[in-house]
Amino acid sequence: MREVLIYFFLFFGAVMMLIAAIGCLRLPDLYTRMHAATKSGTVGIMGIVIAMMIHVGDTSVILRGMLVILFFLLTAPVAAHMIGRAAYRSGVPLWEKTCVDEWKKQEPDSEE
Amino acid sequence: MMEFTIDSAMIVLMVSLIPALIRVIKGPSLPDRVIALDVVASIVVAIILVHCIRSGSLYYLTGATVVALVAFLGTVALALYIRRGGAS
Repeated sequence: MREVLIYFFLFFGAVMMLIAAIGCLRLPDLYTRMHAATKSGTVGIMGIVIAMMIHVGDTSVILRGMLVILFFLLTAPVAAHMIGRAAYRSGVPLWEKTCVDEWKKQEPDSEE
Repeated sequence: MMEFTIDSAMIVLMVSLIPALIRVIKGPSLPDRVIALDVVASIVVAIILVHCIRSGSLYYLTGATVVALVAFLGTVALALYIRRGGAS
């Protein structure tokens, strides 16, 4: 039972990382690529860390693994937000089929 | 069965390095490359963790934490650089 759980979480994490990489290659736009990379990457790391926690089963390893998961959950949205904001302000174009752009209606430099 | 599973997860992770590196090479703008390098750093952290399962040595977990921290700091620094004008 425990080995089945380890296999499941290991493959789940690895396949999620593969989906993140393929999405980073195939999607048409910087912003959609960022969406694929951030979310699937975080879930993939979580899967592999959970597999390692089940495999070792030690208290210190479980605590450090939870630290890694918490770190990724905290930093991935912050990094994606900063990159997306900087890219929009420096003029990276959106995909031509994008239908909602709420920041365009405001003034471009309204916050500084 | 255990070693086969760990080896195939490692192979899947190494194959998933290829599309991210292609995006790093041909990305049209600098933020594309930064995002792709973020994905590469996540995959490297995952490879270190799988190697930690495989070899049974627990010191690699600290190394994975350090790699994740350095990747985050690099992403933030490049975001600030792009915001101040970048390489345009």
